[in-house]
Amino acid sequence: MYTEKVMDHFSHPRNVGELKNYNAVGEVGNAKCGDIMRIYLRIEDDIIKDVSFKTFGCGAAIATSSIATELIKNKHVDVALELTNKAVIEALDGLPPAKIHCSVLAEEAVKEAIADYKKKQGIIIETHSQCDDCCRD
Amino acid sequence: MNSKKIYLDHGATTKVNDEVLKEMIPWFSENYGNPSSIYSLGRKSKDAIENARQIVADALHSKQSEIYFTSCGTESNNWALKGICYAYKKKGNHIISTNIEHHAVLNTLKYLEKQGFEVTYVPVEKNGIVSVEKIKKAIRKDTILISVMYANNEIGTIQPIKEIGELAKEFDILFHTDAIQVAGTIDIDVSDLNVDLLSISAHKFYGPKGVGALFVRRGVRIDNLLHGGAQEKTRRAATENIANIVGLAKALQMAVKNLEKYNKHIKKLRDLAIKLIMEQIPETIINGDMNNRLPGNINFSFRYIEGEGLLLFLDMNQIFASSGSACTSGSLDPSHVLLAIGLPHEIAHGSLRLTFGWDNNEEDVYIVVNELKEIVKRLREMSPLYNK
Ligand SMILES: Cc1ncc(COP(=O)(O)O)c(C=O)c1O
Ligand code: FES
Repeated sequence: MYTEKVMDHFSHPRNVGELKNYNAVGEVGNAKCGDIMRIYLRIEDDIIKDVSFKTFGCGAAIATSSIATELIKNKHVDVALELTNKAVIEALDGLPPAKIHCSVLAEEAVKEAIADYKKKQGIIIETHSQCDDCCRD
Repeated sequence: MNSKKIYLDHGATTKVNDEVLKEMIPWFSENYGNPSSIYSLGRKSKDAIENARQIVADALHSKQSEIYFTSCGTESNNWALKGICYAYKKKGNHIISTNIEHHAVLNTLKYLEKQGFEVTYVPVEKNGIVSVEKIKKAIRKDTILISVMYANNEIGTIQPIKEIGELAKEFDILFHTDAIQVAGTIDIDVSDLNVDLLSISAHKFYGPKGVGALFVRRGVRIDNLLHGGAQEKTRRAATENIANIVGLAKALQMAVKNLEKYNKHIKKLRDLAIKLIMEQIPETIINGDMNNRLPGNINFSFRYIEGEGLLLFLDMNQIFASSGSACTSGSLDPSHVLLAIGLPHEIAHGSLRLTFGWDNNEEDVYIVVNELKEIVKRLREMSPLYNK
């Protein structure tokens, strides 16, 4: 069902927990759907110096959070903003079709956290954090 | 890290008992005759089936002629519901059931709704048991069938089948029960229960997969699901799966003989697991009723975590269990049973079902609880819902 990469990130998640002295945070999903992802960032001069996550969700949700933190660490925020769910899937060597939404959640959580940082600088960026029943048909 | 395989999913299926398997084998290659053939090789097969039918009838306290073999529990349920609805549609088109039935019943009812039948799904109470009074209130002039499962596969709750049976009799409505989780664990007496149709499936009681039976009370009309040859007194066409039928009968016979011992064994392990888990894992909820419950079933919700991760970590430790989490079912909604007993979505997502069997022992329970404690802790530490 899951690739080795997914199982690796699920069973040995990177950057898990609440970051000390973070200066931006983003959360997406809701418990009702069974997925919540929260990303913490410590950004200095627009560079993501450190990142961590907390996730309530299935194995794929934990794996996509974990890989997403790796993909954006030490990146410029504007580069990190371009992270797509497709990149997340590729980095994990694929996800089962029913779990694609977990990669979308990871992308959105990163965007939400960066939006939080930008907001503090007076820049508003569009995100998609509101639950709009995206998980339902 | 645990390395011993521990199977705690006997509600999903069981392994075929060695003695059962031994009885099945000759019917594959040695005695392969078609039961419908008149020569001795065929008659031998026919006799084996009739012998099996008698064994099943004895186990269920029915007449031999009231037992029909099917290809699985799902077929038994499909046949009972569709067969009765089509045979009695001139009498009425209303069916009463519950909101915690297995999908083999629920999805068949949904199909029948599309065909113009009306279904009332009586919601169960918070303890997972349906109120007989509410079933009574749902009865209409045109009600032709009541279908209520004997025990639920997820939370193990045992339904008041005897009382519903009396009600059905009083109102002259046919009554079907899905006893698939019950056969082999609780003594079933179809007369005492007042049921007209009852489904069982061999793989839940150490028999083979892909064979079931349906009890149909004498005098009850039922349309065919399978049309064709004259097998099963023309009610179910298809050359019989002799080995599986022999296996079902042998497994049921053994189960009935060891009923008390089995109950004691699984209940002891189940209760030990409950005690240890409730002592050692905080913020754990037990789903379903504690008294009217299958002896080998327990269903927990561990707050703040999601069930799939739990199962994956258990699997890495060679522990096999199941969950009502959405992520393990291929849909995004958690189990309809857990929602039906009023659990909020996020708690239903974090459920774990353990179902015990012959191959478990106390050592297994201690191993599982130890692993579980660590896994729950780990997942909670990752969870944004957990603030400790
Ligand atoms: C209550 C109940 N009904 C029906 C079924 C379906 O039986 P089978 O797998 O033999 O088709 C099962 C088991 O999966 C069950 O637990
Ligand atoms: S996050 Fe609410 S439906 Fe998807």
